Amino acid sequence: MLKKQVLSPGIKRFELDAAEIARKALPGQFVVLRVNEEGERIPLTVADTMPDKGILVIVFQEAGKSTKLLGSLNEGDSILDLIGPLGRHSHIEKFGTVVCIGGGVGTPEIFPVARALKQSDNKVISIIGFRSQDLILMADEMKSVSDELIVATDDGSNGNKGFVTDMLKKVIDRGEKIDHVFAVGPVIMMKMVSKTSEPYKIPTVVSLNPIMLDATGMCGVCRVDVGGESKLACVDGPEFDGHKVDFDGLMARLRTYLPEEKLSLEQYEAAKPKGGCCGGKGGCCA
Amino acid sequence: MREQDPQVRARNFEEVPYGYTPEEAVEEAKRCLKCKKPSCVQGCPVNIDIPGFVGQIALGNFWEAMKVMKTTNTLPAICGRVCPQESQCEGSCVLAKKMEPVAIGNLERYIADWEAQQNECVMCEMKPRTGKKVAVVGAGPAGLTVASDCAKMGHSVAMFEALHKPGGVLVYGIPEFRLPKAIVEREVNFVRSMGVDLQLNYVVGKLKTLDDLLQEFDAVFVGTGAGKPSFMGIPGENCLGVYSANEYLTRSNLMKAYLFPRYDTPIVRGKRVATIGGGNVAMDSARTALRLGAEKSILIYRRSREEMPARTAEVHHAEQEGIEFNLLTNPVRYIADEKGWVKAVECLRMELGEPDASGRRRPVPVKGSEFQIPVDTVVVAIGNSPNPLIAQTTPGLETAKHGNVVADPKTGRTSKQGVFAGGDIVTGAATVILAMGAGRLAANSIDEYVRTGQW
Ligand SMILES: Cc1cc2nc3c(=O)[nH]c(=O)nc-3n(C[C@H](O)[C@H](O)[C@H](O)COP(=O)(O)OP(=O)(O)OC[C@H]3O[C@@H](n4cnc5c(N)ncnc54)[C@H](O)[C@@H]3O)c2cc1C
Ligand SMILES: Cc1cc2nc3c(=O)[nH]c(=O)nc-3n(C[C@H](O)[C@H](O)[C@H](O)COP(=O)(O)OP(=O)(O)OC[C@H]3O[C@@H](n4cnc5c(N)ncnc54)[C@H](O)[C@@H]3O)c2cc1C
Ligand code: SF4
Ligand code: FES
Repeated sequence: MLKKQVLSPGIKRFELDAAEIARKALPGQFVVLRVNEEGERIPLTVADTMPDKGILVIVFQEAGKSTKLLGSLNEGDSILDLIGPLGRHSHIEKFGTVVCIGGGVGTPEIFPVARALKQSDNKVISIIGFRSQDLILMADEMKSVSDELIVATDDGSNGNKGFVTDMLKKVIDRGEKIDHVFAVGPVIMMKMVSKTSEPYKIPTVVSLNPIMLDATGMCGVCRVDVGGESKLACVDGPEFDGHKVDFDGLMARLRTYLPEEKLSLEQYEAAKPKGGCCGGKGGCCA
Repeated sequence: MREQDPQVRARNFEEVPYGYTPEEAVEEAKRCLKCKKPSCVQGCPVNIDIPGFVGQIALGNFWEAMKVMKTTNTLPAICGRVCPQESQCEGSCVLAKKMEPVAIGNLERYIADWEAQQNECVMCEMKPRTGKKVAVVGAGPAGLTVASDCAKMGHSVAMFEALHKPGGVLVYGIPEFRLPKAIVEREVNFVRSMGVDLQLNYVVGKLKTLDDLLQEFDAVFVGTGAGKPSFMGIPGENCLGVYSANEYLTRSNLMKAYLFPRYDTPIVRGKRVATIGGGNVAMDSARTALRLGAEKSILIYRRSREEMPARTAEVHHAEQEGIEFNLLTNPVRYIADEKGWVKAVECLRMELGEPDASGRRRPVPVKGSEFQIPVDTVVVAIGNSPNPLIAQTTPGLETAKHGNVVADPKTGRTSKQGVFAGGDIVTGAATVILAMGAGRLAANSIDEYVRTGQW
């Protein structure tokens, strides 16, 4: 790891030295990593690349044990395994006017897509949403690749109260023709975005995050029902037509390991030295 | 061969058979008649010099036995454990007609394990370096065989593996209690010791395409296996608690979920686990379920015991351990509880009709015979199809109906110049030894191709 930043509480950005992947990865693709021998294989979206410097960027939210353990690493540390780029890249072309929607930690994931769309001469309207003002992420970066940026907070603490779907509805209601929607964020948000755009028949692409294991199409755990067909998110996706995805099935399957995840986290927290994972030095356990 | 007690072993992940003592090995080897025309060798897909190595064991020359072995087989500890000997070498042994055949598999295993305990290891003869470069995609038995053979022939070999551990099905599929992972590691290290450069976490088709590899290498071998799990497409297959065998076994074996929470990857430890299928994969899944603490491990197979494709020894082991066999039974749907978790599998009774294309009698459903089996976990083990990644990203590589790569069975040549293929990616799910056999043939024609340049 070359560089570590804490973007907002529990959300970290790592710059990794991974030249070959950095040269090859495209927007919409992901990597899988394993921190140590006992570790899980964790899928994370390619948030950015600097191909000339051989740098790969990941941004992740500390959700449970594995991501907390990852977050406890410091500059100079190594990650045991890093596999990628995986999945299909986003289909980018000149659509016309596109809306890019990021929810929470979905924002860094939508960023490379928005940038690529901008570079392909689309008019990019970005909507990013967070629970409250202190959780806002990457607003400046998003602004730099968008013709218009709308930042919303659930509690209105930044002065613009509402969900990303409310903002999307407003944009649609302005009467402007919208040719495409891209959305990344919590499953429930992607479901609501898809529901919002459906009556207007605006093609909507969502990036799914089912549980994954090998991420090479071998185990089948990442299967999702898309338009009545079983698809593997790791090789057929992770992006799919939001109007066809069975989001409820996906949400149910994400709950498969709740008891185990809870146990893992409890044990991890109990074993951690007092003063956080860094022993109180700061930087990692914001 | 002595084995762990079924009651005890059904609850641990240690290997089932203990292996021979030296005395037992010599005694067994002495039973070989040293036939003039050894039919066992014909029965072996890679024609191992069986009387040769068995004869050396009979004389107590274990070192010599291993030398004979390594001329034709670099993975004996693996083959000795997982090959279907009863239908290959042992099935063809002349003694099999009258009494028990020579236990060739057990002897193969013995001699490899014996070597592992010595401080030295038999090295293969290495030819002078040729300066030619060969890329091998996939570190399963097919890839490992090509890599070691090509290295012996003096070519420099780079092997690319998508997962973080080499071995293919040997590490992610076949459980520890049947094939200890330390043994696979040892045999892989032997291949590495011949100078093979093994790159893990490297997905060909993503990081580099086959065409990229052809720029750097004189020849490429594709041994990517049959990794994609099949489902039946019946209602309820996506409900919680329904696994593919690949997922179930990969979690347990490769990711060591049976050691959760010491290892981070979780697995559902069901109380009533149903496994669908009748092959080795199904046996492995049903037996893994027991070891993960199932009170009942139930096998559901649509034909009868005779048609089961699993190795006889493994069916026998499964029965001893108390796995409940539901034969002539086919699932038609899974029923979930209010939380979306599987609670029962609905099945139909079957009868055997006329033989089908596979020559086995076709199962026909008995009308109105629906019944339910209460379960909390299901493992679907009905087969795998080829991993599509390489075919998808390689223009000009001919594939057959189910996505198998088309390769000449005698040479392993594909439709694309410089590209060879073998193992499950070509044949569909088969066996370790057939994958190795295909690897051996391909290595020979790769050698010829890189030396002559003639396609
Ligand atoms: C293609 C893809 C891209 C992703 N990109 C990002 C990203 O850029 N940033 C980010 O913060 N997160 C991303 N995720 C989610 C991230 O992988 C999970 O948060 C992480 O694996 C959770 O592990 P944990 O042990 O910390 O949490 P756990 O306590 O194990 O789980 C917390 C929650 O994460 C989900 N989850 C658990 N295991 C997995 C798994 N193996 N695969 C997917 N989801 C899982 C479940 O919904 C679970 O309830 C992505 C997931 C996928 C599939
Ligand atoms: C559970 C189970 C039990 C079995 N039991 C037996 C048994 O008892 N006896 C027996 O003889 N056979 C058994 N088999 C079958 C046997 O294991 C296979 O036939 C054999 O492993 C096939 O070898 P292979 O080299 O063709 O492929 P695999 O072993 O499948 O290896 C392929 C390798 O290629 C890698 N790969 C795939 N795509 C890529 C890519 N794009 N880039 C890089 N790497 C890639 C994979 O990760 C994998 O490591 C069993 C199979 C299973 C699943
Ligand atoms: S067929 Fe049987 S007896 Fe004859 S050489 Fe082979 S192992 Fe020995
Ligand atoms: S994660 Fe295993 S098939 Fe997609």
